Amino acid sequence: MEHQPFFNRGPSIWARLAFFTFLCLALMVTDARFRYLNPLRETLSLLLYPLQSLARTPVELADRVGEFFVTQARLQRENAQLKQSHLQDASQLLRGQALLAENTHLRKLLAVREHFNDIPVLAEIVYAGHDPFSRKIIVDKGTREGVRAGQAVIDEVGVVGQVTREFALSSEVTLLTDKDQAVPVQLVRNGLRAIVYGLGQEGQLEMRFMPVSADIQNGDVLVTSGIDGIYPPGLPVAVVSKIERNSAFAFAKIYCMPSAGIDRNRQYLVLTGTKQLLPPPPPKAEEATLPKQTHSARKH
Amino acid sequence: MPSSAMGKQQILRPVKGGFILFTLLAGLMFNLLPWQGVGLMLRPDLVALVLLYWCIHQPRRVGMGAAWLLGLMLDVADGMLLGQSALAYTLFVFATLLLRRRILLFPLGQQALHILPLLLLLQFTTLGIKLAAGSAFAGWGYFVASLTGALFWPVVASLLMLPQHREIKTEPSIQAGHK
Repeated sequence: MEHQPFFNRGPSIWARLAFFTFLCLALMVTDARFRYLNPLRETLSLLLYPLQSLARTPVELADRVGEFFVTQARLQRENAQLKQSHLQDASQLLRGQALLAENTHLRKLLAVREHFNDIPVLAEIVYAGHDPFSRKIIVDKGTREGVRAGQAVIDEVGVVGQVTREFALSSEVTLLTDKDQAVPVQLVRNGLRAIVYGLGQEGQLEMRFMPVSADIQNGDVLVTSGIDGIYPPGLPVAVVSKIERNSAFAFAKIYCMPSAGIDRNRQYLVLTGTKQLLPPPPPKAEEATLPKQTHSARKH
Repeated sequence: MPSSAMGKQQILRPVKGGFILFTLLAGLMFNLLPWQGVGLMLRPDLVALVLLYWCIHQPRRVGMGAAWLLGLMLDVADGMLLGQSALAYTLFVFATLLLRRRILLFPLGQQALHILPLLLLLQFTTLGIKLAAGSAFAGWGYFVASLTGALFWPVVASLLMLPQHREIKTEPSIQAGHK
């Protein structure tokens, strides 16, 4: 007869440890490599939603109380400023509309397909991620409003990040500053194409794999190039802030500062809508050219 | 003081399952409050502390299963790789279960000294998984949360013990009535 404990306590502590450790490892591998676990994630996030909105209420209450005590003088001043900027914007908007009409007309003439028809959706931050190792925010618009993973997120100045996971009522946005988050960009001054990567630090981006001799200067403005098919072209991304050219290395070290208020705003625009991509070029043409560099943005 | 009560081996009332669930959910909500910057750095991990308390005092009701589920919830809430926090919390509870008899011998203040390495283990496990998954190191300030967690332990433990103590005051009169 083998030893039997007096009270039955279920499986031993080591057996439980082995079971749960294995379960966790299996979950991590499956989640990192495959997409099978999205339904589980969605279900859990729905279960968590009431708790999250409850956790948000103290801050919202404080905000509302603060709003209530705004002085009238400040409101009037703000109103005057807004009116002025509205007038300025209106004139530019009219000009922009005229240009847009002319542009569509010309494009039609050239039989060029319009690549992007973006419907902006205003999304508000539910909360910033609590993980000090990654730069992600959760916003309050999800698949019900047409938000899908891969869409670009902007503010009034420029690109903020990219939607990386969509849920029914919320979605997760990875900010530009997240480590290794990539955006294909183009220099406004000379049209040079490059890719900007996040460094995992606040307010700093890095432009990698640019030769030491590349024509880049401090203060150069970078906008999205649009060749990735994810970001619409022409959105401001960053400004070059520091260049280290050391001929001992093959590439220059180029640091940039993001243009958008990545850590400052509460409301952002998600550019939803279907992207009509051009079909890939026929295989014959690809064989003839050298293996191309993939300029695609990271898509989760 | 609960610490002196621990020394005298005072018999506590049985805990209601609903109360355990409520405290775990309250801890989860505390962790999900919109913490940012220095606040996030200093934030004690209340989920870990509440879990720790119930693992020490009710190891048959709250154990690795609860830790795993709560870890999974935190993973989903922060959009991390599924199973990261779950693994860290499971190992954390495992170490707690090994140490629980020893921890129970000490008053609350000295218990905090045992809690500190346990919380550090939790954070080191999380850090290890994150670095292996390719994240950037967030600086040594990350570990301050363990320190504040250990400092908060006496407060959390006495708060969680409170409902069981209230009942005990009425008990002598009931016993007297029976006699």
